[in-house]
Amino acid sequence: MTVNTDNSERRVVSVIVVNEASVLSRITNLFSGRGYNITSLTVAPIPDSKYSRLTIVTAGSVRVIEQITKQLHKLIPVLRVYEHDDIVEKEMALVKFSISENITEIDTLCQAYNGKIVNVSESVIITMVADEPKRIENFLQAIKRYNPKEIVRSGAVALER
Amino acid sequence: MQISGAQMVIEALIKEGVDTVFGYPGGAIMNVYDEIYKQDGFKHILNRHEQASIHAAEGYAKASGKVGVAMITSGPGFTNAVTGLADAYMDSIPLVVISGQVPMSLIGTDGFQEIDAIGISRPCTKHNYLVTDAADLPRILKEAFYIARTGRPGPVHVDIPKDITAQIAEFDYDFALELETYKPHVKGNPRQIKKAIDAIANAKRPLFYLGGGIINANASDEVRKLVQITGIPAVETFMARGVLSHEDALLIGMLGMHGSYAANMAMSETDLVIGLGVRFDDRVTGKLSEFAKNADVIHVDIDPASISKLVHADYPIVGDLKNVAGDMLSQVDKINSDKYETWRDTINNFAELHPLTFHEDTQRIKPQWVVKRVGELLGDDANISTDVGQHQMWAAQFYPFSRPRQFISSGGLGTMGFGFPAALGVKAASPEKTSINFTGDGSILMNCQELMTAVEQKIPVINIILNNNYLGMVRQWQTLFYDKRHSETDLSVQPDFVKLSEAFGGIGYRVNTKEEFDAALKDAVEKNVVAFIEVIVHRLENVMPMVPSGGSLFNMMLLEKKETK
Repeated sequence: MTVNTDNSERRVVSVIVVNEASVLSRITNLFSGRGYNITSLTVAPIPDSKYSRLTIVTAGSVRVIEQITKQLHKLIPVLRVYEHDDIVEKEMALVKFSISENITEIDTLCQAYNGKIVNVSESVIITMVADEPKRIENFLQAIKRYNPKEIVRSGAVALER
Repeated sequence: MQISGAQMVIEALIKEGVDTVFGYPGGAIMNVYDEIYKQDGFKHILNRHEQASIHAAEGYAKASGKVGVAMITSGPGFTNAVTGLADAYMDSIPLVVISGQVPMSLIGTDGFQEIDAIGISRPCTKHNYLVTDAADLPRILKEAFYIARTGRPGPVHVDIPKDITAQIAEFDYDFALELETYKPHVKGNPRQIKKAIDAIANAKRPLFYLGGGIINANASDEVRKLVQITGIPAVETFMARGVLSHEDALLIGMLGMHGSYAANMAMSETDLVIGLGVRFDDRVTGKLSEFAKNADVIHVDIDPASISKLVHADYPIVGDLKNVAGDMLSQVDKINSDKYETWRDTINNFAELHPLTFHEDTQRIKPQWVVKRVGELLGDDANISTDVGQHQMWAAQFYPFSRPRQFISSGGLGTMGFGFPAALGVKAASPEKTSINFTGDGSILMNCQELMTAVEQKIPVINIILNNNYLGMVRQWQTLFYDKRHSETDLSVQPDFVKLSEAFGGIGYRVNTKEEFDAALKDAVEKNVVAFIEVIVHRLENVMPMVPSGGSLFNMMLLEKKETK
């Protein structure tokens, strides 16, 4: 026998669950109880069905990820668990800036990341970007010099190809 | 049929074939208890603590193979039951536990005896439900029984608010369940099974590693045949005691922390582990990186999550063991049992080198002798339950188990206080057998109130208290690993156990000699009432051999060869 001691890597796990009370806490309890990581978690109902889809970004060794998918599948309201490499992944972020910042430059940056200015008030502007999580990271680095007041990330959603 | 939620509970239990319910009433579950009063479809046994109700239901389930049922009230009734739920979850025992809850209108208001029961039971049950409409009750109860007994069995908790038990709705129980998201995999993959058989045929030193899953799957007959026909030696886990008979020459013994030297050496030397219904628990494997280091692993289990969780399986087979063992049996002609002759000799040499034994003492009874003696006197006629500690390990090591479901103990959770109430459930399920509970002077006090249940219900459990005036297992670790600092483990201040039993209406014996023990056991069996037999045993006896926590199986602390007094 061999003991697997390989390194932790980022993985995206999609879970289809029956849309019923306390199903989300079953999932999050499982992660906390067994010491698994949740980097981000999104959930929304699947249109015209009794199911919801969760997208969980997690990290772990191959062995841990295998356990996560098996343990998730063991939960009674879980219909399916996907853990693929070949996925399309997107995330959204909202960022608030002071109106006194260079709005033209900010707007140009946002457009480079599939985004735009979505709201302007007397003192602040709010921008939106939607892109791959890694590119969202890049965007957030790039806008640092415009002194963002608040940043909200949606967490990743993913679909296997 | 339009009936109340409380009536639905009764009807559903009867339709599920339940004949015994363990429980304790209280405010939020009163509507259901009112219906229990009116019915005669099943018997209700009133324990004297909710924890004991769950353990009794566990004992009942383990002895009978059926789903155990317990009923409790909200708040403290439920929280008292949590230890039992966790115990059943760890040992894969099928239970349906029904609790009362405050009325829907009070949920979330910190009402009297309100607690988020579903939130608490979630990590220690296979599944749980909060019922919010009586119309859902028939489906939920049917699902609860189905989920509890199928796949890897486990406890299912159903929490019912008081107003739901009063609500009138339509009851129909004769429908087919449709659980789209729960479909246990029961049939083993034929190609994987064939590969496993080929691996066995090619192995030089294969070893059966038998676990409690065999008992859950009622697959002991198939496994006994498999072992016998292949001539491959077998080790049992603590949970698998009785899968093979103690008379089976191929049974090397129990493995693990307090397993026999031969069993642990066999596991260390094998080139193919054939794991059936096991989960590679840390008390079994010791240091994982050294466990069966040179072996490939076949792992058969109904729970896919058990496979390759701790030890990589080269031949994973997900399925019900009765099916898989049956499929394996149909292909065993490929295996030549003569081939393993040398391997069997090697193992026999291990057993001769360090047999599982103990040294007698002229002054005091040795606890191991008590277990052996009960085995000689009662043998197959007794069902054995235990509490947790040294006595538990001695029972597992020295009792001559001859059949599955004979040994009932708290393995995974290690719950002190399990044994006595579990024995009540065992006796209720299997009244024709003598019900013996081996316990210690520490454990017995954790549920001794069950004397009252036993007296009231006339359940003649015989509790054999191996009294060393210590919390023995912790004391043993303190002696060995904490430089003899016996912190808070000296239990010299004790009740009079004889009078304690008598105070409830039971009988009691204090035993100092072997002759007194034989006489006490004979008398207790004849009198057929609940009994405490307190045996004053050697104070400092250790459970040996032993793999120190985190050590390797082949590196055991062994019984000293010479008697030391």
